[in-house]
This record gives sequence, C-alpha cells and structure tokens, in this order.
Amino acid sequence: MKRKLFGKRLKIQLGAGIVILIVLMAIFAPLLAPYDPYAQNLMARLVPPVWSEIGSWAHPLGTDNFGRDMLSRLIYGSRISIIVGIAAALLSCTLGAFLGMWAGYSGGRVEQVIMRLADAQLAFPDILFAILIVAAIGGSALNLIMVLGLSGWTVYARVMYNMTRSVKERPFIEASISHGAKAAYIIRQHIFPQLVPILTVVATLQVAQMILQETALSFLGLGLPPPTATWGNMLAEGRDRMWAAPWIANLSGLAIIILVWGINMLGNGLREHYDPNSQGRM
Amino acid sequence: MALLEVENLTAVFHTEKGSNTAVDGVSLTLEAGEILGIVGESGSGKSVTAFSIMRLLREPGEIAAGSVVYNGTDLLSLNNRQMRKYRGREISMIFQEPLSSLNPIQSIGQQVMEPLFIHFRLNKVEAKERAIAMLKRVGIQDAEQRFDVYPHQLSGGLRQRVMIALTLVCEPKILIADEPTTALDVTIQAQILELLRELQAEFGMAIILITHDLGVIAEVAQRVCVMYAGEVVEIAPVDAIFDRTAHPYSAALINSIPNREIEVERLSAVAGSIPGPEEKRQGCLFATRCSFALPACSTTRQKIVSVAGGHKVACMRAEAGELPADMVLSLAERKHD
Repeated sequence: MKRKLFGKRLKIQLGAGIVILIVLMAIFAPLLAPYDPYAQNLMARLVPPVWSEIGSWAHPLGTDNFGRDMLSRLIYGSRISIIVGIAAALLSCTLGAFLGMWAGYSGGRVEQVIMRLADAQLAFPDILFAILIVAAIGGSALNLIMVLGLSGWTVYARVMYNMTRSVKERPFIEASISHGAKAAYIIRQHIFPQLVPILTVVATLQVAQMILQETALSFLGLGLPPPTATWGNMLAEGRDRMWAAPWIANLSGLAIIILVWGINMLGNGLREHYDPNSQGRM
Repeated sequence: MALLEVENLTAVFHTEKGSNTAVDGVSLTLEAGEILGIVGESGSGKSVTAFSIMRLLREPGEIAAGSVVYNGTDLLSLNNRQMRKYRGREISMIFQEPLSSLNPIQSIGQQVMEPLFIHFRLNKVEAKERAIAMLKRVGIQDAEQRFDVYPHQLSGGLRQRVMIALTLVCEPKILIADEPTTALDVTIQAQILELLRELQAEFGMAIILITHDLGVIAEVAQRVCVMYAGEVVEIAPVDAIFDRTAHPYSAALINSIPNREIEVERLSAVAGSIPGPEEKRQGCLFATRCSFALPACSTTRQKIVSVAGGHKVACMRAEAGELPADMVLSLAERKHD
C-alpha cells in the first residue's frame, strides 16, 4: 500500500492540535491577552505589526482604528467563534439526529412531514434565513446560536434518515422487535449507537460551517454588535482600511482560516478513520 | 383448549402487480409443552406463518384474515402496545442467522439482558445475574468471562446459543424457532437440537420448529405440519407422518431424503417447482407435480379432513382411500432417477 503524504493520522493529529490550541486560547484568554481587548488608546491608533518597519513589540500584531491591541482582540474573539460554533452545531445535531432517526424509523406520515420540512428548508439559503431572523430579533450570542442551530438541522436529518433506513432493515432490529422492544428503545439502543461515528464526522465538519456562518453574519453587521471582539466584526472593521491598515482584515481572516481549516482536517481525518473501505485503522 | 390456536390465517403481500397470497387459510393448534414441526420447501409459507403469529409481518405484507388465539386472547385484535407485552415474554422467536440477528456493536451480555429490561423492572445486578444463569444454561460455561464479548468473537454454534439464551431469558410459553440450524454445520446442528430439547423439558415451553429438513423433524418433533404453497396439506403425529403418510407431497418429501446406505446417481427430488405466488390459486396446488393426480384434483378445492386420530390431510384421493399404501418407498426402492 502506498503511504499517503497526508494520511488520516496526520490529519487527525494536526487538526485536533489546532483546535485544542485555539480552544485553550479561548479558555485562558484573560491570562494570555497582553491588553484589555476593549481598552482604547487613541495615541496608538493603527500601529502596524512587529514585522513592519515601524512596528514594535509593544503591540506584536499592531492595533486597530481605536488603538485596541489586535493580539488581545484576536484571542478574545476566539471565544465567540468557538462557543457559537460548537453550541450551534450541538443544537442542530441534536435536533437533526432526533428528527432524522424518527423519520427514518417510523416512515409513513411522520417521515413525510419531517423530510418535506427539511426539503423546504434546504430550498431556502441558510444565510438568508439567519439574516432574516437576526434582523428581526437582534444579534446576541444566544440568538446567533439559536438561529444557526435551527437552520442547520437539515444536514443531520438527511444523513441520519438515510442511515436509519438502512440499519432498520438489518435482522437484529427485527429480533429486538420480537423481544417486545418499542420504537424509542430500538432507536436508542440499536440504531443510534450504529450512527455515532457518522454523526461525529458530520458534526465536526458542521462546527466549521457554523463558525463561518457566524463570521459571515458578524461581517454583515448582523452578529454581535460592536465593540464586541469577534473575528467577523474585526474583519468587517478592517475592510474599511484595507489599504491603510491591511493587517486588521488579514489577521482576523487568517485566524478564521486556521480554525476552520483545522476543524475540517480533523473532520476529514475522522471520516477516513471510520470509513470501512480505508485500509488499516490508525 | 390448546395454548395457541391459529384459525384460517391468511397473509397477503401487496405488490404493484397485485396481491399475492403467501399463507392461505392455515389452521393449526399448539398444545402447551409440545414440539410442533412445520416443514415445507422454500416459499411454502412457513416463515410467513411464524411471522404472522408474532405479528412481525411488515409492509407490504399484511394479515388479511384469521385469528391467532393465545391463551384465550386473539393476538390479531391487540394494539401494538398490548402486543409488545406478548413478544419476548409469552412468545419468543429464534431466527435463522444468529450473526445478523445479534447487534454487532453490543456485547452479548447486554443483548441477553435486553428482554429482561423490556419486560421486568430489574436493576442491572439482578438482570446480569439472570442473564449469566441463562447463558450457562444454554451451554456457555464461562459466561462471566464471555459476558462482555461481541458476537463476531464467537463461533456460529455459540452465537446460536446466545440467541437461544436471549429468547428464553423471560421464560416464554412458546418458542418459535425459524430454521435455527440451517446456518450451522451438521455437528453443531445436532448439539443445538439437543439443547432445544433439553430446554423444552426443563422450562416446559411449547416449540414451533420451522425447517425444511424432515430429519430434524423426525428427531425432535412430536407433531408435524406439512405446508405447501401457503397451505397446510397434512398435519399428524410424527410417527404417523413417516409410517402412514397420507399426502402425496409428504411422501415425495420423505422419498427425497438422501440415504447414505444406497448408492444413487443423483439425489432424488420432487419434480417441478412450487407455484409462484402470482399464479392462480385453484384446486389442489400440488396437482401439477403429483403422480396420483386426477383431472378433478386441479379444479376441486381440497379441504383438510381428519383421517385418523390427530391426523389430518388435505387431499381428496387420500380422503377417499384411493392412494396406494406404499407411496413412501422402502429404502431398497429408492434407486430411481
């Protein structure tokens, strides 16, 4: 077997490494950040990063338009991304997995209602749905989680629906029915455990999606209101000064890319790991 | 009154081309503590009958008529919730393929405990105790050590023992065994049949043993029900079916049992094949393959009638006593084909 240069093992390790690093950064933000992310210092506006000719180690990643330290803001911004991304993915995962398994196992009218609802929602762009809701009820972390969580359930529902339909046909499900088990018991004990690996992979990849959507909403001004430090907000603020102070947009964009890339790599690595067709497990 | 009385059970499968009758007016009784064998070739409706008794028939299959009376209750009149109380607790079922009937990602111990958790309020310790006792009873001596192994780590025979343990763990009154030995090799088959017989003696449950192997029937059953194309053609005590065979189809089945003492060019088989479910159901369905058929056979609907105590047959010629006594060939005569 030819060894792949970028095998699943490396993917999982590197992806998990990046994610863990950023999560730790989010948790220990107060210890790591050199400045208060909201402290304005108008004497030190738009200081470039240390690698620029006029940069200094006082602000290693420079400052923004209000003289706030970029490094501190990036560190604090990771909190929103991580919390909103994971919470929204968990919410949509729970909702979608439950509805998908229910539809797949019951069939009939339940299936028709749930899956047609999913189809209807899929026909409507997620981001548009999110914009509508946030515009109506306002942007707070909780609202963002609710909106992203409720709009993301269809992905899980469809995956779980199809997998449930195939697992349901296996004889041990029939055997369990013959022992007197009811639907809820069978779904909980026999179907769900079979689908956990797939759910893990989908959920991991969806965390990245949710983070991207959160930054997109923040960028559009529909996320958490300024001055809250979020990567999307910083990207939006940096856009106005792309020529004068490119580091603001570049650095916040880079932070988003690194996190999403890490999560996707982890998700893809896990998918390969659980794929029975890939040779040798870890 | 018998423990289980199946009356005029009819099951149909709805397809795009129309409805196919898989089980057509089957009536049979099961006494407490007896072993009833149901025998017939593939497609004769044995398994559909069993699934109908358990009400496990799924779309597009449907029970169109009849009644299944267990201990005075018609199971077909119950709602799903009530029916679940009977499954596994009163009537249990073993399937053909032990490997696929066990959940591959659950330990065998957990699976044996499942019916206990469904039907009784037991805590984990009590359930585990009972499960281990049952695993030991079916011949898994080191049950404590094997409790946490997964089905793929066991041999086929052990898996079927686990299946038996988990169907009997609630001590049901009826065990339906749907070809329990078909997927096993011959020595293991004998062990499993022996085990079933022992357990039957110990727990006193009645067994419906479904098989296509008359040898198995001869070994363990007390009564036999021969099915053909969805109908019961003969039902008799086991010695009567071999000694005083009444139906030509039963005779043909017995004649096709291979015998190792005689050298033959080819194994004998019943010529022709079972009518497909879409074929027209008229007269005796075996008539086209029967060497004793008269023209009237294929137009007259055969009624099942009693020919001797506990011996019933659905053949107008047998009823009239017109069939030769030597339909079942002696061993020496089986050098044909």
